[in-house]
Amino acid sequence: MKYQKWSLIIPGIVIFIIGATFPFWYGKGKASAPPALELNTPEIDQLAKKQCVEDTAFMRANHMKLLQTWRDEAVREGKRVYTAKGGRTFEKSLTGNCLVCHSNKENFCDRCHDYVDAKPTCFDCHIVPGEVKK
Amino acid sequence: MTPSRRDFIKTAAATVLALILPGSFNPVRAKTKAPVAGNATFSKNNIAHTLTAKRWAMAVDLTKCTADCTDCIVACHTLHNVPNFGNPKDEIKWIWQEPFSAVFPGEQHAYSGERLRKLAPPVFCNHCENPPCVRVCPTGATFQRSDGIVMMDYHRCIGCRLCMAACPYGARSMNYRNPRPFIDRINPDFPTRAKGVVEKCNFCEERIAKGLLPACVEACRQKALTFGDVEDTRSEIRLLLEKRFSLRRRAHLGTGPQIYYLL
Repeated sequence: MKYQKWSLIIPGIVIFIIGATFPFWYGKGKASAPPALELNTPEIDQLAKKQCVEDTAFMRANHMKLLQTWRDEAVREGKRVYTAKGGRTFEKSLTGNCLVCHSNKENFCDRCHDYVDAKPTCFDCHIVPGEVKK
Repeated sequence: MTPSRRDFIKTAAATVLALILPGSFNPVRAKTKAPVAGNATFSKNNIAHTLTAKRWAMAVDLTKCTADCTDCIVACHTLHNVPNFGNPKDEIKWIWQEPFSAVFPGEQHAYSGERLRKLAPPVFCNHCENPPCVRVCPTGATFQRSDGIVMMDYHRCIGCRLCMAACPYGARSMNYRNPRPFIDRINPDFPTRAKGVVEKCNFCEERIAKGLLPACVEACRQKALTFGDVEDTRSEIRLLLEKRFSLRRRAHLGTGPQIYYLL
């Protein structure tokens, strides 16, 4: 009887270990290319100095925090102007500021968000310029 | 091993601290300030031409307002992407009309004049001084600004509808479905709402921030709507309230409504 029990338990443990470690060994060695973001919108091409609100590295790491801070300050405190490093000022607006330059949401925002499987809900309400005509 | 009295008190104090500290960071109202590169500072100043007031209010002149005109409603609803679900149960309304007897129950009697009986005053969110919706909102999504505007932060609305139950004016509407397909013509300059979010009149705070009057005030051809600061003794609305007799909706409830109906 005892022998029969173990004959079920051990294959079970093996199947569990294979299943649990599957994500670690399945993709090993296969590097998936990071998304290539397009920065060549007509609006960005026109800029004399191609710089976002803050440095690229900062924006890449912190744009979500920056946007959430903007959101709370603009909506709840009525502070609508952001002063960036170097004294440049910007209106705290996703559609009225960010998406004016980054007018290619599909080739900019979405590519990275799809790659890291982030599902921001911004665009449930905020309208992508160009998606609807005035 | 029995701990000494001193060790016991130390451990107890550390435990209490560990329990209290995370609680002081309320996740709902917590603000995550982005760590800003360099010497950047968040501007305390606003856009220069923002209209400011101590208490925004609106006066509706019922001698000028006519029942068959919907200019203010159309202007507001197209500007703010208010959906039309096509049935009164799901209706979303920022401004709407009610018969005089419904706006001011008790102010009409069997011998009221034809003028009163025919009136259909526009009704809005009253931007109450003592707003019951703000008191019941569990997430702080509805809040009162220092200038009196009762505003919705749609980002925080969880769709519990306590505010709808609390509002004595029925000024709040719930999006039971995704409103986007039901908007005739989307205005790209104003966000839409998502499914499961309550919405209402915002006194055009986005226009005030740009130095513009509310859309309804601008759209009214009869010039029946006056928007201004009631705390400013020299404002137009204050002069009107000085001269004319005015009614407020259900003021006896103690909400302090800020829409004044001039008769």
